[in-house]
Amino acid sequence: MTSRKVEISVGFFVALGIAALIFLALKVASAGVTGSGETYTIHAKFDNIGGLKVRSSVKVGGVIVGRVESIHLDPEDYAPVATLAIDTQYDNFPDTSSLSILTSGLLGEQYLGLEPGFIDETVEILGNGDYIEDTKSALVLEELIGQFLFSQGNDD
Amino acid sequence: MDKIQQLGRHTLDRFSAVGRATYLLIGALFGGRPNLVKGFPLFVKQLYVVGVLSLVIILVSGLFIGMVLALQGYTVLIDYGAEDSLGPMVSLALLRELGPVVTALLFAGRAGSALTAEIGLMKATEQLSSLEMMAVDPLRRVVAPRFWAGVVSMPLLALLFSSVGILGGHIVGVEWLGVDHGSFWSIMQASVDFKDDIMNGVIKSLVFAFVCTWIALFRGYDAVPTSEGISTATTQTVVQSSLAVLGLDFVLTALMFGN
Repeated sequence: MTSRKVEISVGFFVALGIAALIFLALKVASAGVTGSGETYTIHAKFDNIGGLKVRSSVKVGGVIVGRVESIHLDPEDYAPVATLAIDTQYDNFPDTSSLSILTSGLLGEQYLGLEPGFIDETVEILGNGDYIEDTKSALVLEELIGQFLFSQGNDD
Repeated sequence: MDKIQQLGRHTLDRFSAVGRATYLLIGALFGGRPNLVKGFPLFVKQLYVVGVLSLVIILVSGLFIGMVLALQGYTVLIDYGAEDSLGPMVSLALLRELGPVVTALLFAGRAGSALTAEIGLMKATEQLSSLEMMAVDPLRRVVAPRFWAGVVSMPLLALLFSSVGILGGHIVGVEWLGVDHGSFWSIMQASVDFKDDIMNGVIKSLVFAFVCTWIALFRGYDAVPTSEGISTATTQTVVQSSLAVLGLDFVLTALMFGN
């Protein structure tokens, strides 16, 4: 009888531990919601990526459609190139789309905003490995302050 | 000359202890063919003693540590208007560091010391020798189930610790201090990664479980079979496990999150 009680409580303990793992995975990390599906890659060359990091999100109108997979420096012109993994369910962005590095909130983390472009007969759809030409770099606060001070100085 | 001799003896003692500990582990894990039919009930019994009976202290500590983290974090973050980041702060601190480490420290105090005292007393009352007389290998009959029970239960306890801690942070942060419910969870979900944060925490607690249980079992098995020897062995278990956990945690953190 006592061994039955022991076994039941051990069963509860293990079940509770697994429930904790599932809780952490789904509620805390939201695994399975993003990043688990099929993706295709797009490259984009920037002048300055600011605080963009690997795993930063790519958003269209606020909806996450992918993540930054890797960031490296182009060895020829020393421009940073970001490789994006976009969910295959969003596979019809035209190559006139533009990417800009945005900041969530005043001091929040940076993400990529993808603005879908126009479509006509000459425009192709972005596929695996394509480059997005139209990119806007990150706003670097120090440069902005520098420009502001400079323009203030000119007014006097 | 006496000093030199003392140093030499001390060094030899240390190394022979390491050797005996390794011998114990190998004997417990690979000593002969594992017998699942006989071994499983012993394992379940130890899982109860080591895991289930540690639940209360783990859950209560997790809850309070999560609540304290939220309370302290809030007072600092509110100055910068960043109280929405309370969720990721509490959850990352718990999943990466506090969950595995505090669980291991509590485990060393609650279960490790009990294992040492139990096996030490078995040795002092010559139960281990009696087992050998009956051609039962005490390493496999006594040590192995306790070892596996420790290794299995500590990651589960650490996961429960982190979960309860995050819920405690939620209680203080959202219900009491008024952080927005939606942003608490959504910013947490955006910044916690399953593989990088949760699985690395689980790997950490597996390593801690291995080390803590090993130290506890070895100290008990190697104890001087007197009441004083058992008390020394129990103290050594807690002290050495805690130090090993803290040292290893730094190394593992540097390897996992250091780049």
